[in-house]
Amino acid sequence: MALKASDIKVGDTYSEEVCNNLSRTQIVQYAGASGDYNPLHSDELFTTQVAGYPSVFAHGMLSMGMTGKMLTNYVGDGRLSQYGVRFTSQVFPGATLTAEATISAIREEDGVQFADIDISTTDEEGTQVIKGTATARIDP
Amino acid sequence: MAVDKFPIEAGHIMMFARSIGDANQIYYDQDYADKSEPGAIVAPPTFVQASAQFDPDYFLRPKIGQEWFGSAKGATGITQREGSSGGGGGAAGGIGAGLHAEQRYEYHRQLMVGDVLKATNKPGKTWEKEGRRGGKLTFSESITEYHDENGDLVVTATSVGVRTERPATSGD
Repeated sequence: MALKASDIKVGDTYSEEVCNNLSRTQIVQYAGASGDYNPLHSDELFTTQVAGYPSVFAHGMLSMGMTGKMLTNYVGDGRLSQYGVRFTSQVFPGATLTAEATISAIREEDGVQFADIDISTTDEEGTQVIKGTATARIDP
Repeated sequence: MAVDKFPIEAGHIMMFARSIGDANQIYYDQDYADKSEPGAIVAPPTFVQASAQFDPDYFLRPKIGQEWFGSAKGATGITQREGSSGGGGGAAGGIGAGLHAEQRYEYHRQLMVGDVLKATNKPGKTWEKEGRRGGKLTFSESITEYHDENGDLVVTATSVGVRTERPATSGD
């Protein structure tokens, strides 16, 4: 499950498609689970007529959550010590997102090994929607 | 967000994992989780965001008996008061124009079912930037610390919000 320092090297990549043709219903599902009911994410009438956006769009935290799935599938459960992102572009219904991890460093701290990871999630047109970093504890 | 008691519950984790499209058994299957490395049902990395559910005053949840700024009969449920600038611009310019720019988590230990967290919040840095599409951008950091019942720090969450002068969708 977990990564091994002996099996990886700087520059290694891992990627996953984390959503395909994102539905408004999945955005609603995220609103319900997270508790963030901002109408910008589910209410087309409010979002287009009052807020002035072309359409409802996904919570940034939904994109971060979906990207996190790629990350935990790669590094194993319970291994992250840090995960941070910038939301670089909005994600609209219909998006197909691919999340990619790139090993940027492998290092030892107090006898424990860690991998630093660069993260990039892009949509079907190649637009980056998330840019971030993570650190995971790895096995020797 | 500040929350007195955020109980980490199995059903909530299952629903949250479904909503991010994560089918990992460790989020819903007790038998699988028992034999896994963490040895318990754990929370997905972004799960503490759902502490909003336990904040009685969370402003992005409709409250019983109060007007809600999303659409109802009209495009917003906020009643326009006489003399206020028209067109529902108040709702759009106020709550609608705040967006999430960045989010960072530091994990001090794995979050598991059965934990009960207390979240405390403090403001971080504030800065301004001239945006390409949204006019002047004002960024502000908010730092939330989640402690367990022993008072140990479990997760530190730093959120950066941005307020724009106008809607900032690409292609405008």
